Amino acid sequence: MNLLRQLSFLLRITRSQGIVRRYFVVNGFDGALAMLGLIIGFIISAPDNIPVIINVCLGATIALSMSGISSAYISEEAERKRALEKLQGAMVADLQESAHGKAARRVPLVVALVNGSAPLVISLLILLPLWLAQHGVALPISPLYAAIVVALLLIFLLGVFLGRIAGVSWLRSGTKTLLIALLTAAIIYLLEGY
Amino acid sequence: MVIINRIVLDVLKPHQPNVIEFSQTIAQAGPDYQVSLTVIEMDENTETLEIEVQGKALDFEAIQAAITGMGGSVHSLDVVEVSHESDDG
Repeated sequence: MNLLRQLSFLLRITRSQGIVRRYFVVNGFDGALAMLGLIIGFIISAPDNIPVIINVCLGATIALSMSGISSAYISEEAERKRALEKLQGAMVADLQESAHGKAARRVPLVVALVNGSAPLVISLLILLPLWLAQHGVALPISPLYAAIVVALLLIFLLGVFLGRIAGVSWLRSGTKTLLIALLTAAIIYLLEGY
Repeated sequence: MVIINRIVLDVLKPHQPNVIEFSQTIAQAGPDYQVSLTVIEMDENTETLEIEVQGKALDFEAIQAAITGMGGSVHSLDVVEVSHESDDG
């Protein structure tokens, strides 16, 4: 059994696929909104120093990612351990060496990696226009505004993903998440811009 | 050589993996295994099963390892059919 098939099997027997999806969306959304907030803050206060903006955003990205990994691992490890103990009680057997024992050890790692990588990947994509601009690549619009466009696009795509999971209109779901992002941006502009 | 052709086991297992995956994994323990699985009883966390495995030469250890690997436990071996095949053909 290859690694991906085995992980898929372990997620299935612990019914954790939904948890992984939820963590991906929740923390991905966190990452995207945090980057959006930071970039709007820089547009208002100091839009010219791209290396500083990249470093600040990268610091926040790494912190979000580490927070995602550690918090998900700690909580999922406790949940899986509890579920395994309950199952061992029902089976009146030691299940440490069974698929359920392996799942109790490996599923928290998978969930933690997904939870940590979602804000990392999304934030790095949002920061891509800033890097391109830093390395001399000409962009059609200012790199900070390009980063905002990427952030809004990714937030819309997270909504589309949620819509497809729920089996509802992807356009409606994507528009809903996009409106949340626009509302966030408006609040930041109102509070910081004046 | 005496070989096992058929066994019937009483097995307790958690709800997951489901009975299809459970019987498929047991069938994969040998090249020509046929598995018939019946759910006898089901409670909040576990299922009691009657599992019949048929094949030309069953490897009981491999079948038991497949069951325990998925979190199940063999409660009893209820039926065994064996045959004697002469070594000189």
